[in-house]
Amino acid sequence: MSDSTIVVDNITKTFGGVVANKDVSLEVKKGGITGLIGPNGSGKTTLFNSIVGYHPIDSGTIRFDGQEIQTYRVQQIARLGLLRTFQQTRIYGKMNCVENMLISIPHRKTGFWDMFASRDKETLERADRLLEFVGLYEKRWLRAGDLSFGQQKLLEFAMALMNEPTVLMLDEPTAGINPTLINGLIDRLKRANEEFGITLFVIEHNMRVIMNLADHIYCLAHGQMLAEGPPEDIQNDQRVVDAYLGAH
Amino acid sequence: MNLHFAKIALYAGILLLGIILPIIFPAYMGQMTLLWLMVIFALTWDILGGQMGYNSLGNIFFFGAGMYVTAMVQIGMYYDLAEYTSPAGGGIYEFTFTQYFTGMGVGFLAAAIISVLFAIVLGRLVFGLRGPYFAIGTLAIATVVGELVSTWELVGGGGGISLPNYPGEPAGSRALFYSMMFILAIVTFLFLKWLYSSRFGLAINAIRDDEEKAEGMGIHTLRYKTVAWSVSAFFLGIAGAIFGNYNNFIEPLEVAFPTTTFGIFMVLMVLLGGKGTLWGPVIGAVLFHIIKEITWTYLLGWQWIALGVLIVITVVYFQQGIMGWLMDKKPHWFGIRVEGDKQRLSDMVAGEAK
Amino acid sequence: MLDNIQILIEAPLFTVDMIVNGLLIGAVFALIAYGLALVWGVMNVKNLAQGDFVILGAYVAWTLFNWGIHPFFGIPVAFGVLWILGWCIYKLVIYRVIEHDLFTSLLATFGVAIVLQQSMNLIFGSDEQTVSLGMESISLFDNAVTIQPTRLVAFFCAIALAIAVIMFMKRSRMGQAIRATSQNARAARVMGIDTEKVYAFTYSLNAAICGAAGALVAVIWEFQPFIGLIFSIRSFVIVTAAGLGNLPGVIAAGLGMGVLEQTGAFIIGTQFQQAIVVGMLVIVLLIKLLIASRKRQVIDI
Repeated sequence: MSDSTIVVDNITKTFGGVVANKDVSLEVKKGGITGLIGPNGSGKTTLFNSIVGYHPIDSGTIRFDGQEIQTYRVQQIARLGLLRTFQQTRIYGKMNCVENMLISIPHRKTGFWDMFASRDKETLERADRLLEFVGLYEKRWLRAGDLSFGQQKLLEFAMALMNEPTVLMLDEPTAGINPTLINGLIDRLKRANEEFGITLFVIEHNMRVIMNLADHIYCLAHGQMLAEGPPEDIQNDQRVVDAYLGAH
Repeated sequence: MNLHFAKIALYAGILLLGIILPIIFPAYMGQMTLLWLMVIFALTWDILGGQMGYNSLGNIFFFGAGMYVTAMVQIGMYYDLAEYTSPAGGGIYEFTFTQYFTGMGVGFLAAAIISVLFAIVLGRLVFGLRGPYFAIGTLAIATVVGELVSTWELVGGGGGISLPNYPGEPAGSRALFYSMMFILAIVTFLFLKWLYSSRFGLAINAIRDDEEKAEGMGIHTLRYKTVAWSVSAFFLGIAGAIFGNYNNFIEPLEVAFPTTTFGIFMVLMVLLGGKGTLWGPVIGAVLFHIIKEITWTYLLGWQWIALGVLIVITVVYFQQGIMGWLMDKKPHWFGIRVEGDKQRLSDMVAGEAK
Repeated sequence: MLDNIQILIEAPLFTVDMIVNGLLIGAVFALIAYGLALVWGVMNVKNLAQGDFVILGAYVAWTLFNWGIHPFFGIPVAFGVLWILGWCIYKLVIYRVIEHDLFTSLLATFGVAIVLQQSMNLIFGSDEQTVSLGMESISLFDNAVTIQPTRLVAFFCAIALAIAVIMFMKRSRMGQAIRATSQNARAARVMGIDTEKVYAFTYSLNAAICGAAGALVAVIWEFQPFIGLIFSIRSFVIVTAAGLGNLPGVIAAGLGMGVLEQTGAFIIGTQFQQAIVVGMLVIVLLIKLLIASRKRQVIDI
């Protein structure tokens, strides 16, 4: 139990009669990379949203580092160090990359008067390092909204790292990214996990990516947990293959 | 270095103009008092409307609140307020030099504090409204308050209140209120300049660009929004207090809560100058004031139509404003660069990282 | 104030009178609000010039009346005149703000409203005007309930107009195009609907509806160039309360608005009519806020 950071226990979420998640349970291991797969409309993003507090859930409990968080609000959860990125990339479009980074500091550490803090050397250095890490150093003075889609994804990833989360939940990090960039991204995700010690919880459609990346995979189908296990088991699981081919 | 020198020259020039012009042309002192008021209006509106993306149409509420609070304090400290404002009250109310200035000092302080309190309380209500609902909600609040004050007998209702007379020469009073307004405008500008350069500026920009993302990143959004509104209320409250005394008479609909004149002007000035920039509101306010005074002088009778046309043209054809237009044409002036230089961020002076 | 409430309780027939009269004028409010809901829903424009269109329609009817033409004919003429005006305003202003955010359209139409009301002030003067039909008021139950026949006529005209517009929206080709555009403008464009034309038509139709409603306003009330804003706010309250694309809701909210305004004005005084209307807006927004905050967990501390 103690080596799990997110523990989801039997949660159910319905949208006006449509059951998006039914009795879903899962555990995300501390320090590892956990994958979440499933066909379109199987309730992956709903599960993510439930965990980070975007909507109330109908029943069940969600624990983060032992604390029950299912009634918490988005900002409180973010300040606990549980952060998510969006499927539709979201950055602050009219600000430049550096500003995007500087405002993504970990807000759990800030008090009231820190609202008026001026830029300190340490923060600037970290912003520099992380922009370098994702390969946007040359573009840092551009307006974030002018970056290409793939670059915006990288920026969002850098912003998430700037926030020093303990767990980072990524919603399809490789969707819409040029295939040659995907390898670089996988490498960076792995390095973020190893070097910064950030636990990753990843929704992914690209099987090659997730099999490469994750050490434990959950598969959702029709809002229910279909299978779980290490990548090799999932890859060979007939139910998973059927779910993806629509043989249900 | 050259740019640095130009900046200093600019600030010095404005300071000198603000001091010398009214001395050379004392007849225009009233005009210039209004000009600085317009600058304050535009700067304070831009905190929410430009930098934070919350278009308020009710900011004028704090202006009126400050005006009424200071009036009540200045009078109430020495006389019975109900008697003073009653139409049948009669009697001559004299204020000595000490009474006048003590009352004003306390009154201004109270105006600022109470405006901020109003901002904190109202903020909890209205910051749940998004987009146009926020605009309409704030407009409705300012309008309702104006209507309610005009029925409040204690403060003279729709008839208004005359404020204490300045104990001395009228010219002295004009110079006094001119200097007050001028200093307030400068202080507002410098305060906002500092505020926008701190983390606060980044946070409210982030809220403007994507509030949901900002929430998801753990930014204390309501805290930032409330403080932004309070800053706005603080300066508007004091501006209202000064203007009430300058005008010597206040009443609810035309002077204190003029939602359809000053309340709209502040939006228009910011749009004209370019919202979300520090200098935009200032440029917009000066330009607008000049245009307005010219139309009022030469197009009398048609001035309101001219104003309506100006609103339409600015909003429809020139949304980005003067600063926005410059930013489009000369992005490098504003630090938007395609290729990064090799200099590390941390090696730069913190202020220049902008 | 309490005395007035006392009267309402003790004289139920008087209350009936209040409600009937409120319903009668409420129909006109609902008609104007329907126009706003149309423009808002189809092209995402919040038209603050709504009330000024109404007052302009009233002036058209008034002008005709002064020329000796029965105000009944003022309705189609006001409809036509405002249609043309609406089309011009669309081409000059609105068509450039559709793509922008709602606040832009709010401000732009506010500018249009100022130009309209000031022009009317210059042309017609700021005096209060009315069109008198010279009809005796109808009394029921020993004078306890009085109904002004003009209000009755206006009520039925408003209903007839509303039905005509609704039939048009349901049956005609253009009406279908408008409804398609309001659901998904991009899809409509892909399907070959000329959305530009739909927008121009919708805005002109809205102006025309307001104009016809204005001709009705002319016979019920006294009017002057500056009371347009209150009609705009009324339609905002109604549409905000009812929600977009909810026609029965708009009608119910319009009628309710009429009744509330009548009784409210009686209880706390007619001089507060404007405050009542704006106050209702604040209340409606607060209710919406409560509902929203229950749905969204996200309220920061």
